[in-house]
Amino acid sequence: MANSWYRYASPASFHPVALRLAPVFALAAAILAIAGLYVGFVVAPTDATQGEAYRIIYVHVPTAWMAMFVYLVMAFWSALALGFNTRLSAMMAQALAPTGAIMAALALWTGAFWGRPTWGTYWAWDARMTSTLILLFLYFGVMALRGAIDDPRRADRACAILTLVGAVNVPIIYFSVRWWNTLHQGASVSLTAAPTMAKTMLAGMLLMTFAAWAWCIAAALWRVCAIVVERERGASWLAPDPALKGVT
Amino acid sequence: MNEFLAMGGYGWYVWMAYGACALAILAEALALRSRRRRALETALASGDAVSSGDRR
Repeated sequence: MANSWYRYASPASFHPVALRLAPVFALAAAILAIAGLYVGFVVAPTDATQGEAYRIIYVHVPTAWMAMFVYLVMAFWSALALGFNTRLSAMMAQALAPTGAIMAALALWTGAFWGRPTWGTYWAWDARMTSTLILLFLYFGVMALRGAIDDPRRADRACAILTLVGAVNVPIIYFSVRWWNTLHQGASVSLTAAPTMAKTMLAGMLLMTFAAWAWCIAAALWRVCAIVVERERGASWLAPDPALKGVT
Repeated sequence: MNEFLAMGGYGWYVWMAYGACALAILAEALALRSRRRRALETALASGDAVSSGDRR
Protein backbone atom coordinates (compact mmCIF):
# COMPACT_ATOMS: atom_id res chain seq x y z
CA MET A 1 0.00 0.00 0.00
CA ALA A 2 1.12 3.51 -0.70
CA ASN A 3 0.44 4.26 2.91
CA SER A 4 3.26 2.08 4.17
CA TRP A 5 5.75 4.16 2.19
CA TYR A 6 4.73 7.30 3.98
CA ARG A 7 5.05 5.57 7.32
CA TYR A 8 8.83 5.61 7.17
CA ALA A 9 8.91 9.19 5.96
CA SER A 10 8.11 10.15 9.53
CA PRO A 11 11.09 10.59 11.85
CA ALA A 12 9.17 8.89 14.66
CA SER A 13 8.79 5.59 12.82
CA PHE A 14 12.13 5.77 11.02
CA HIS A 15 14.22 6.36 14.14
CA PRO A 16 13.96 2.85 15.64
CA VAL A 17 14.53 1.25 12.24
CA ALA A 18 17.67 3.31 11.60
CA LEU A 19 18.94 2.56 15.09
CA ARG A 20 18.63 -1.15 14.45
CA LEU A 21 20.10 -1.06 10.94
CA ALA A 22 23.19 1.06 11.71
CA PRO A 23 25.15 -1.60 13.66
CA VAL A 24 24.37 -4.16 10.94
CA PHE A 25 25.97 -1.94 8.30
CA ALA A 26 28.90 -1.13 10.60
CA LEU A 27 29.54 -4.84 11.13
CA ALA A 28 29.29 -5.47 7.39
CA ALA A 29 31.79 -2.65 6.84
CA ALA A 30 34.25 -4.20 9.30
CA ILE A 31 33.99 -7.66 7.76
CA LEU A 32 34.31 -6.33 4.21
CA ALA A 33 37.29 -4.17 5.20
CA ILE A 34 39.11 -7.11 6.80
CA ALA A 35 38.47 -9.22 3.69
CA GLY A 36 39.48 -6.35 1.41
CA LEU A 37 42.70 -5.66 3.30
CA TYR A 38 43.56 -9.36 3.26
CA VAL A 39 43.04 -9.60 -0.49
CA GLY A 40 44.75 -6.25 -1.06
CA PHE A 41 47.85 -6.84 1.03
CA VAL A 42 48.30 -10.62 1.07
CA VAL A 43 46.71 -12.06 -2.06
CA ALA A 44 47.23 -9.29 -4.63
CA PRO A 45 50.68 -9.15 -6.18
CA THR A 46 53.10 -6.23 -6.16
CA ASP A 47 52.52 -3.83 -9.05
CA ALA A 48 55.10 -4.14 -11.80
CA THR A 49 55.69 -0.40 -12.22
CA GLN A 50 54.65 1.17 -8.90
CA GLY A 51 55.93 -1.46 -6.48
CA GLU A 52 54.10 -1.52 -3.16
CA ALA A 53 53.03 2.14 -3.39
CA TYR A 54 50.06 1.12 -5.54
CA ARG A 55 48.44 -0.49 -2.48
CA ILE A 56 47.13 2.96 -1.58
CA ILE A 57 44.55 2.24 -4.31
CA TYR A 58 42.55 0.16 -1.81
CA VAL A 59 41.71 3.25 0.23
CA HIS A 60 42.05 5.97 -2.40
CA VAL A 61 39.54 4.73 -4.97
CA PRO A 62 36.83 3.73 -2.42
CA THR A 63 37.03 7.07 -0.58
CA ALA A 64 37.03 9.03 -3.85
CA TRP A 65 34.01 7.12 -5.18
CA MET A 66 32.18 7.53 -1.88
CA ALA A 67 32.96 11.26 -1.79
CA MET A 68 31.12 11.64 -5.11
CA PHE A 69 28.41 9.08 -4.42
CA VAL A 70 27.51 10.45 -0.99
CA TYR A 71 27.11 13.87 -2.60
CA LEU A 72 24.70 12.45 -5.18
CA VAL A 73 22.68 10.74 -2.45
CA MET A 74 22.68 13.99 -0.49
CA ALA A 75 21.41 15.81 -3.60
CA PHE A 76 18.70 13.17 -4.01
CA TRP A 77 17.44 13.67 -0.44
CA SER A 78 17.70 17.43 -0.88
CA ALA A 79 15.53 17.27 -4.00
CA LEU A 80 12.95 15.19 -2.11
CA ALA A 81 13.08 17.61 0.81
CA LEU A 82 12.47 20.57 -1.49
CA GLY A 83 9.83 18.83 -3.58
CA PHE A 84 7.76 17.19 -0.86
CA ASN A 85 8.78 19.34 2.11
CA THR A 86 9.50 16.24 4.18
CA ARG A 87 11.53 16.64 7.34
CA LEU A 88 13.16 13.23 7.25
CA SER A 89 14.58 13.76 3.74
CA ALA A 90 16.22 16.96 4.90
CA MET A 91 17.56 15.18 7.98
CA MET A 92 19.05 12.47 5.75
CA ALA A 93 20.78 15.13 3.66
CA GLN A 94 22.01 16.79 6.85
CA ALA A 95 23.33 13.46 8.16
CA LEU A 96 25.27 12.70 4.99
CA ALA A 97 27.29 15.92 4.74
CA PRO A 98 29.93 15.23 7.43
CA THR A 99 30.50 11.67 6.20
CA GLY A 100 30.88 12.94 2.64
CA ALA A 101 33.31 15.59 3.81
CA ILE A 102 35.41 12.93 5.56
CA MET A 103 35.43 10.80 2.41
CA ALA A 104 36.46 13.76 0.24
CA ALA A 105 39.22 14.73 2.67
CA LEU A 106 40.50 11.15 2.76
CA ALA A 107 40.42 10.89 -1.04
CA LEU A 108 42.57 14.03 -1.28
CA TRP A 109 44.89 12.91 1.52
CA THR A 110 45.46 9.37 0.24
CA GLY A 111 45.80 10.77 -3.29
CA ALA A 112 48.54 13.12 -2.08
CA PHE A 113 50.46 10.25 -0.50
CA TRP A 114 50.06 8.23 -3.66
CA GLY A 115 50.99 11.10 -5.93
CA ARG A 116 54.25 11.86 -4.15
CA PRO A 117 55.99 8.51 -4.87
CA THR A 118 54.44 8.06 -8.34
CA TRP A 119 54.28 11.58 -9.82
CA GLY A 120 56.83 13.27 -7.57
CA THR A 121 54.39 15.70 -6.00
CA TYR A 122 51.85 15.69 -3.18
CA TRP A 123 49.64 18.18 -4.94
CA ALA A 124 49.07 19.70 -8.37
CA TRP A 125 46.32 22.03 -9.60
CA ASP A 126 45.14 19.30 -11.88
CA ALA A 127 41.46 19.28 -12.96
CA ARG A 128 40.52 16.18 -11.01
CA MET A 129 42.26 17.19 -7.82
CA THR A 130 40.98 20.75 -7.97
CA SER A 131 37.39 19.65 -8.59
CA THR A 132 37.64 17.16 -5.70
CA LEU A 133 38.91 19.96 -3.47
CA ILE A 134 35.86 21.99 -4.54
CA LEU A 135 33.71 19.00 -3.56
CA LEU A 136 35.24 19.10 -0.08
CA PHE A 137 34.52 22.85 0.12
CA LEU A 138 30.93 22.22 -1.00
CA TYR A 139 30.47 19.79 1.89
CA PHE A 140 31.96 22.39 4.25
CA GLY A 141 29.73 25.05 2.72
CA VAL A 142 26.55 23.02 3.23
CA MET A 143 27.50 22.32 6.86
CA ALA A 144 28.44 25.94 7.53
CA LEU A 145 25.23 27.20 5.92
CA ARG A 146 23.18 24.99 8.20
CA GLY A 147 25.12 26.26 11.20
CA ALA A 148 24.42 29.83 10.16
CA ILE A 149 20.61 29.52 10.03
CA ASP A 150 18.79 29.14 13.32
CA ASP A 151 15.44 27.90 12.04
CA PRO A 152 15.99 24.25 11.03
CA ARG A 153 13.27 24.25 8.36
CA ARG A 154 14.73 27.31 6.66
CA ALA A 155 18.18 25.74 6.96
CA ASP A 156 16.78 22.59 5.30
CA ARG A 157 15.65 24.56 2.25
CA ALA A 158 18.76 26.70 1.96
CA CYS A 159 21.05 23.65 2.27
CA ALA A 160 18.96 21.70 -0.25
CA ILE A 161 19.31 24.47 -2.82
CA LEU A 162 23.06 24.83 -2.26
CA THR A 163 23.46 21.03 -2.47
CA LEU A 164 21.54 20.84 -5.75
CA VAL A 165 23.48 23.72 -7.31
CA GLY A 166 26.74 22.11 -6.20
CA ALA A 167 25.77 18.78 -7.75
CA VAL A 168 27.02 20.14 -11.09
CA ASN A 169 30.52 19.57 -9.71
CA VAL A 170 30.14 15.77 -9.51
CA PRO A 171 30.05 15.09 -13.28
CA ILE A 172 32.90 17.58 -13.63
CA ILE A 173 35.01 15.47 -11.25
CA TYR A 174 34.02 12.26 -12.95
CA PHE A 175 34.71 13.38 -16.52
CA SER A 176 37.65 15.68 -15.67
CA VAL A 177 40.17 13.05 -16.73
CA ARG A 178 38.50 12.85 -20.14
CA TRP A 179 37.76 16.52 -20.75
CA TRP A 180 41.18 17.84 -19.81
CA ASN A 181 44.73 16.62 -19.92
CA THR A 182 45.31 15.77 -16.31
CA LEU A 183 48.22 14.52 -14.30
CA HIS A 184 45.68 12.16 -12.77
CA GLN A 185 45.25 8.97 -14.72
CA GLY A 186 42.03 8.04 -16.48
CA ALA A 187 39.46 5.65 -15.08
CA SER A 188 40.87 2.16 -14.49
CA VAL A 189 37.45 0.65 -13.92
CA SER A 190 34.34 1.34 -15.96
CA LEU A 191 31.06 -0.33 -16.68
CA THR A 192 31.63 -0.43 -20.41
CA ALA A 193 35.14 -1.83 -20.74
CA ALA A 194 37.10 -4.71 -19.29
CA PRO A 195 39.16 -3.65 -16.27
CA THR A 196 42.80 -2.99 -16.97
CA MET A 197 44.02 -4.34 -13.66
CA ALA A 198 44.73 -7.77 -12.21
CA LYS A 199 41.66 -9.66 -10.96
CA THR A 200 42.86 -9.89 -7.37
CA MET A 201 43.62 -6.15 -7.29
CA LEU A 202 40.14 -5.44 -8.61
CA ALA A 203 38.61 -7.80 -6.05
CA GLY A 204 40.42 -6.07 -3.19
CA MET A 205 39.37 -2.67 -4.46
CA LEU A 206 35.72 -3.68 -4.80
CA LEU A 207 35.69 -5.25 -1.31
CA MET A 208 37.10 -2.04 0.14
CA THR A 209 34.57 -0.02 -1.85
CA PHE A 210 31.68 -2.02 -0.41
CA ALA A 211 33.24 -1.61 3.06
CA ALA A 212 33.39 2.17 2.60
CA TRP A 213 29.83 2.14 1.27
CA ALA A 214 28.56 0.14 4.27
CA TRP A 215 30.40 2.46 6.66
CA CYS A 216 28.88 5.56 5.03
CA ILE A 217 25.41 4.05 5.44
CA ALA A 218 26.09 3.13 9.09
CA ALA A 219 27.51 6.56 9.92
CA ALA A 220 24.66 8.38 8.18
CA LEU A 221 22.06 6.26 9.99
CA TRP A 222 23.65 6.86 13.38
CA ARG A 223 23.92 10.56 12.65
CA VAL A 224 20.33 10.80 11.45
CA CYS A 225 19.23 9.18 14.73
CA ALA A 226 21.08 11.85 16.69
CA ILE A 227 19.61 14.56 14.45
CA VAL A 228 16.09 13.22 14.93
CA VAL A 229 16.53 13.33 18.70
CA GLU A 230 18.08 16.82 18.53
CA ARG A 231 15.37 18.26 16.32
CA GLU A 232 12.33 16.38 17.58
CA ARG A 233 13.05 16.75 21.25
CA GLY A 234 9.95 17.90 22.94
CA ALA A 235 7.93 15.65 20.68
CA SER A 236 5.81 13.28 22.70
CA TRP A 237 6.80 10.22 20.68
CA LEU A 238 10.34 10.46 22.01
CA ALA A 239 9.28 10.05 25.62
CA PRO A 240 8.41 6.34 25.65
CA ASP A 241 11.33 5.56 23.34
CA PRO A 242 13.33 2.77 24.98
CA ALA A 243 16.49 4.37 23.63
CA LEU A 244 16.01 7.19 26.12
CA LYS A 245 16.30 4.77 29.00
CA GLY A 246 19.69 3.45 28.01
CA VAL A 247 21.49 6.75 28.40
CA THR A 248 24.61 6.64 30.51
CA MET B 1 57.19 -8.31 9.54
CA ASN B 2 59.65 -5.45 9.11
CA GLU B 3 59.68 -6.16 5.44
CA PHE B 4 55.91 -5.87 5.36
CA LEU B 5 55.98 -2.55 7.21
CA ALA B 6 58.66 -1.21 4.88
CA MET B 7 56.34 -1.73 1.88
CA GLY B 8 59.30 -2.00 -0.45
CA GLY B 9 60.51 1.47 0.58
CA TYR B 10 57.06 3.07 0.30
CA GLY B 11 56.14 2.49 3.95
CA TRP B 12 55.79 6.21 4.78
CA TYR B 13 53.32 6.85 1.97
CA VAL B 14 51.28 3.67 2.39
CA TRP B 15 50.95 3.93 6.16
CA MET B 16 50.24 7.66 6.16
CA ALA B 17 47.35 6.97 3.76
CA TYR B 18 45.98 4.01 5.72
CA GLY B 19 46.63 5.61 9.11
CA ALA B 20 44.62 8.70 8.20
CA CYS B 21 41.70 6.54 7.03
CA ALA B 22 41.70 4.46 10.21
CA LEU B 23 41.96 7.58 12.35
CA ALA B 24 39.18 9.38 10.49
CA ILE B 25 36.74 6.46 10.73
CA LEU B 26 37.52 5.99 14.43
CA ALA B 27 37.09 9.71 15.11
CA GLU B 28 33.79 9.75 13.23
CA ALA B 29 32.50 6.74 15.18
CA LEU B 30 33.43 8.33 18.53
CA ALA B 31 31.97 11.70 17.52
CA LEU B 32 28.72 10.01 16.50
CA ARG B 33 28.47 8.20 19.82
CA SER B 34 29.01 11.33 21.88
CA ARG B 35 26.63 13.35 19.68
CA ARG B 36 23.88 10.79 20.19
CA ARG B 37 24.46 10.68 23.95
CA ARG B 38 24.42 14.46 24.17
CA ALA B 39 21.20 14.62 22.15
CA LEU B 40 19.50 12.03 24.36
CA GLU B 41 20.64 13.71 27.56
CA THR B 42 19.36 17.08 26.40
CA ALA B 43 16.07 15.52 25.33
CA LEU B 44 15.71 13.88 28.71
CA ALA B 45 16.65 17.03 30.60
CA SER B 46 14.11 19.08 28.71
CA GLY B 47 11.44 16.68 29.94
CA ASP B 48 8.66 15.06 28.02
CA ALA B 49 7.14 18.02 26.37
CA VAL B 50 3.70 18.35 25.03
CA SER B 51 3.31 19.38 21.48
CA SER B 52 4.11 17.65 18.22
CA GLY B 53 7.69 18.27 17.40
CA ASP B 54 8.41 20.68 14.68
CA ARG B 55 10.61 22.67 17.02
CA ARG B 56 14.27 21.97 17.32
